[in-house]
Amino acid sequence: MVWVPELVSNEELSSKQTSTQSQGEQMQYVITAENLTKTYGDVIAVDGISFSVPAGEAFGLLGPNGAGKSTTMKMIGGVSQRTSGSLSIMGLDPESHGPEVRAHLGVVPQQDNLDEELKVRDNLLVYGRYFGLPMSYLRPKADELLEFAQLTDKAKSKVDALSGGMKRRLTIARSLINEPRILLLDEPTTGLDPQARHILWDRLFRLKEQGVTLILTTHYMDEAEQLCDRLIVVDKGRIMAEGSPASLIREYSTREVLELRFGSERNATIGAELEGIGERLETLPDRVLIYAHDGEAALEQVSARGLRPLTSLVRRSSLEDVFLRLTGRSLVD
Amino acid sequence: MSTLTEGHSVTEAARNRRFGPMYSRNVKAVIARGLMATKSSNWMVMLSGFFEPVLYLISMGVGLGAIVGAVEGPGGQEISYAAYIAPALLAVSAMNGAIYDSTWNVFFKMNFAKLYQGMLYTSLGPLDVAMGEIFLALLRGLLYATGFTAVMGLMGLITTPWAILMIPASVLIAFGFASFGMGITSFMKTFQQMDWINFVMLPMFLFSATFYPLSVYPQYIQWFIQAMPLWHGVELLRQISVRTFSPATAIHIGYYLVMIVLGVLLTAGRLRKLFLK
Repeated sequence: MVWVPELVSNEELSSKQTSTQSQGEQMQYVITAENLTKTYGDVIAVDGISFSVPAGEAFGLLGPNGAGKSTTMKMIGGVSQRTSGSLSIMGLDPESHGPEVRAHLGVVPQQDNLDEELKVRDNLLVYGRYFGLPMSYLRPKADELLEFAQLTDKAKSKVDALSGGMKRRLTIARSLINEPRILLLDEPTTGLDPQARHILWDRLFRLKEQGVTLILTTHYMDEAEQLCDRLIVVDKGRIMAEGSPASLIREYSTREVLELRFGSERNATIGAELEGIGERLETLPDRVLIYAHDGEAALEQVSARGLRPLTSLVRRSSLEDVFLRLTGRSLVD
Repeated sequence: MSTLTEGHSVTEAARNRRFGPMYSRNVKAVIARGLMATKSSNWMVMLSGFFEPVLYLISMGVGLGAIVGAVEGPGGQEISYAAYIAPALLAVSAMNGAIYDSTWNVFFKMNFAKLYQGMLYTSLGPLDVAMGEIFLALLRGLLYATGFTAVMGLMGLITTPWAILMIPASVLIAFGFASFGMGITSFMKTFQQMDWINFVMLPMFLFSATFYPLSVYPQYIQWFIQAMPLWHGVELLRQISVRTFSPATAIHIGYYLVMIVLGVLLTAGRLRKLFLK
């Protein structure tokens, strides 16, 4: 089988990568998708997307609900069959080699699906058994992962008794039991409080430092900015933009944004009088946004025109501005 | 972190795989999980499943049997009413245990605990999961059958050492119901639909020649009952209990073998459709 030569250790992978990079040749991709398409009846969930992820990268899939992010993740895991296009995970097609591909994947699904009938540590052991791993490996590994997830003192607790953040950390710990090369995280921090999110980000960052490739979907733009080296913005199953968070902001937004509030009734009428200030103007029901390289300078221009906003705020452009520009402001249901 | 090396059992197993992405020769992991889960819960449910047929045997066999007296057994010999219905109740208990495990338990794990979704994101294939779950249902069936046969022995209802064969035969019956039950459960989406299963099971229990011979029915109803799986189980165990075999014995066994094959294929196919779509 073709599988054997593909099995190189992490160190080998990264050394290959550095050597090829230093020679300026192409990188080693762990995921390559070309024209990936998935339809459910008449509904096109994923509409011919192509992307490649090099080993060790943190790669984000951003998009509104129903954009096709989770479907893409499922196809990568080989638990959803694609309609057309090609997909290669570490040189293998997940559809025909599902178990082999998944042996090197860690999966953190959108909703925790921990085994509620088992205790915390047993969740890790049993999950490891699903990969066919021996107990001699799993026992110390489970303890190591409990430590990593800061759950050591909960080892004998029931899953029920854990808080939302603990469950999430346990799910991540569980996904690492087989020492995956690729970790799929589907909205890993949705529903968590800020403390829990920051702990999770820290853990994910450490994994990245160890060379694990992270594939992550999220609704939180700050999360994407924090974690992702590179990301794609997906809408209606298509890729709208691709790049690093900083380059996307450069390309699709300005350096700064000036937010002005004139009161709900007046925003629309005053919006017309602001034409020409900054590079782009957006009038929303509750405020007016002026995209400009220098926000303070734009504010001075506004004052010079004799307009007195109720409140004004100058801030750095964020990924959220890019996201809303690319995917629109209307609700997607 | 240490790194998994080449030639690890994961890939070893994968290399020897048959049935493509459906199966990864790791049924034992699913079984181990089931045993571990049973250890921490489910004890009461398991006990009630054992006592139900025993209570029936005492009330109907001893109580009702006092009025009925002796009846005609499979070979034409006279046996007590309790000895007549005991093998039938054993078949019912094998059926109930298997159906409970493969329907309600599976329904819950599929739709609420999302257990199978988690399993199928590992190296396991749908066939590993289906076979593991069915095996667990059989293990329960085996425990029930052994316990019930012991009760029969204690009540003096066993007259031949051949009766010990009722235990493996019960497992065969359980296998048929478990494999089919799991496949059917995969179609169920709501609790209302799950109630349909009881709607089929209860009449089957009452009318499959469990408490009286088939000959009380008109011919066309007899045919209908004979098409149902439980009747074959009842007849098979009844024949074994008095060591009276006939060509029909082979038909009863064959019925279950076909049921098992169809049930496993149905279940694996459904799991694939549900989780690898």
